[in-house]
Amino acid sequence: MARTAQRLSFVGMLIVAVASSLCAQEAHVGNLTGHAADGKKLYRRFCIGCHGERGDGAGDNAPFLDPKPRDFTAATFKCRSTLTGNLPTDEDLYKSVGRGFNTSAMPSWAPLTAQTKIDLVAYIKSFSPRWHDEKPADVLKIPAETPVTIESISHGGELFQKLECWKCHGQEGRGDGPSASTLTDSKDQPIRPYNFTGGGRFKCGAENEDLYRIFMTGVDGTPMPSFNDVIQPVDAWDLVHYLRTLQKTRKSKENEVLKAAGGKLLPPKPEEKKPEEPAKEPDNKGAGNGRK
Amino acid sequence: MYAFAAVSESFKRLFAVRCGLTTGLFVLASVVSLTQPSAAIPAFARKFGMPCSACHEAWPKLNNFGQVFKDNGYQLGNDRDSPIYKDPSYWPVSFRITPHWHRENTDRMATDQAPTGEQSVTTHGFDLSGLDILTAGTLSKNISFLLTPSADNTASFHFESAWVRFDNLLKSSWLNVKVGKFELDNILSEKRILTLSANGGLYQAYHYLPQGGLPASVDPSLPSPLGTGIGDNQLGFEVAGHSKNSYTRYSVAVLSATDGNVSLPTNRGYDTFLTFSQAFEAGGLGLQRVGAFAYLGMYPTYGLTSGGTFLPGTGLGNKMYSQVGFYGLWYLKKLDFTTMYTHNKESAYLATATPANIALPTGAHDPSWNGFLVETHYTVNPQFILINRFDTIRMSEQPLGSLKKDFGNLNSLTFGYRWYPFMNSRDGFAIHNEYSRVTSKGISPTGNDSTSSSVFLGFDFIF
Repeated sequence: MARTAQRLSFVGMLIVAVASSLCAQEAHVGNLTGHAADGKKLYRRFCIGCHGERGDGAGDNAPFLDPKPRDFTAATFKCRSTLTGNLPTDEDLYKSVGRGFNTSAMPSWAPLTAQTKIDLVAYIKSFSPRWHDEKPADVLKIPAETPVTIESISHGGELFQKLECWKCHGQEGRGDGPSASTLTDSKDQPIRPYNFTGGGRFKCGAENEDLYRIFMTGVDGTPMPSFNDVIQPVDAWDLVHYLRTLQKTRKSKENEVLKAAGGKLLPPKPEEKKPEEPAKEPDNKGAGNGRK
Repeated sequence: MYAFAAVSESFKRLFAVRCGLTTGLFVLASVVSLTQPSAAIPAFARKFGMPCSACHEAWPKLNNFGQVFKDNGYQLGNDRDSPIYKDPSYWPVSFRITPHWHRENTDRMATDQAPTGEQSVTTHGFDLSGLDILTAGTLSKNISFLLTPSADNTASFHFESAWVRFDNLLKSSWLNVKVGKFELDNILSEKRILTLSANGGLYQAYHYLPQGGLPASVDPSLPSPLGTGIGDNQLGFEVAGHSKNSYTRYSVAVLSATDGNVSLPTNRGYDTFLTFSQAFEAGGLGLQRVGAFAYLGMYPTYGLTSGGTFLPGTGLGNKMYSQVGFYGLWYLKKLDFTTMYTHNKESAYLATATPANIALPTGAHDPSWNGFLVETHYTVNPQFILINRFDTIRMSEQPLGSLKKDFGNLNSLTFGYRWYPFMNSRDGFAIHNEYSRVTSKGISPTGNDSTSSSVFLGFDFIF
């Protein structure tokens, strides 16, 4: 009898805990506050078909989709302004919902009202305990963009080789590098590297700043790593400028500058021998701003 | 001999009007509701893997996400819209039909058996709605189409819609061009109406006409216009545009003045339809929208004949009719109200079926009338919605001085619910229950008020 009562009280406590976590889960962007309880109804209306009732990406449509819908229970998100391994900010999720994901079945939900989107974000956060257990991470600070010059583009081209971006994205950025066919995501699903030559919008935004953020924070859950610890901000902008020239059909300042230079990159500078520097902490403070 | 040969005596008109109106309204309501195609298209749900509720408040009524999808030419804009991304076996076809039981009653209908000339008439039984075959999608990026072979409940087919649309011209969502037969850009769409019964399955404001209910037709074998142009799909071309989230929308359409009938049966005239709307967010209450529209139409009153038979397309003596309207969609979370005001006017020649080359009957002048509508929905959840509508028409000017000021005034009340027992991305099914009642002032054969009512229990499915 006592054992039954104990079990009942445990179940009761569990129900209260789940219910209170749902009620308490909020999301904040600017003046907006999203509530998970409201988001739950909206999730049922808009998202459940792909992401599933439990948010595990196992909705009715999931078997037919490529790439697969996000598993919110894992709380691993591609588009973040936070460094790799961290949870995204509420604003990151809010923007993802509004932007959608190019070349996937996830549409842009921009037509929904701001309140609807923030309520959905609040509910999405209720699927994983990570949102309770982890503190908000620092946001990557992005320094002002450096001028687009042929030197910048050429240096970006050198970095493209040095960092071995070509292994996945291919020498011409077609997403057909030698490793491309072997890539899988964190769910062991085959994944294709971005094809720059298509000229389409990047998964996590369309602007140069978005491209900078993508490779500095990495695309969690995919083989695309974070380069924040590897390159300096000024180099990162050079890489952005070079990557833009791989989008040959897209009108851009980078393509204009390259065209003005005869369509050819400058030859690589001979390596300068630099004095040994002590190992640096992962740089997310936006140090370095502009070309010297 | 024209169908609209002039009849000058007012009393004859009045009698004809009363008999005609009672029967005419009954027939009109039945015809409109039984052939009303809708644009809830599970082929889209199957293509994009979304439940109906993503695009529909409760299908077939669109929400703003669905409106944007439609405005974008049935494209989501995530590089997966073109048919080349779909499995070749994907076929963009959907069918909708509604087996149902219904009961209709008109309390004062003219019959040959009634001693007073009018009696209460009740019919009921199991029945079918019309069938809609909806094929829609994209032919290529930024080229969309809709083809809707549609049948009445005797399987007599016609093309309810057949159009192609060039979307996002000049890479701008503000410029889209549609050509063919299409529904006018009505936010309050009768093709997505949530009520289905004979009396409740139409917006009175879109179809009401004074006098005998139907304006003149130059050929008696042709269907006359079923209203003021707005409720029916029309043939022509449309230029439309919208902001990215469709909060701001406009549309301009130039239409053949044939009320959507093919083969140019009437004349060489053109109608015009204009609409504009603006939506705005009101915090957590939802998206509110206000808008206005205008329809400027013309219809011939006589035409050329050969051997006494009307020559199609040669209608003459065009006379104007018009409708302007203002509407609002107001959301208070789960509760929403649609309000609409309309003002209508038509030529006395059309209202009295008088050819323009002869004199109008004594005391005839251009009739005008106003419509007001409040439609309320309570969306309990995406699978259950309660519906209520009050639709009223008030004559402000009668076509003949001999008619009472309130003759033909109309009140319509409809309420019901739709329950969707399941919701997925493959098909749609709704259990639909509705009651509707329409009362018209002084239109019975003896000059009394007449009331028609409908009870409808349907199993509305679309696959």
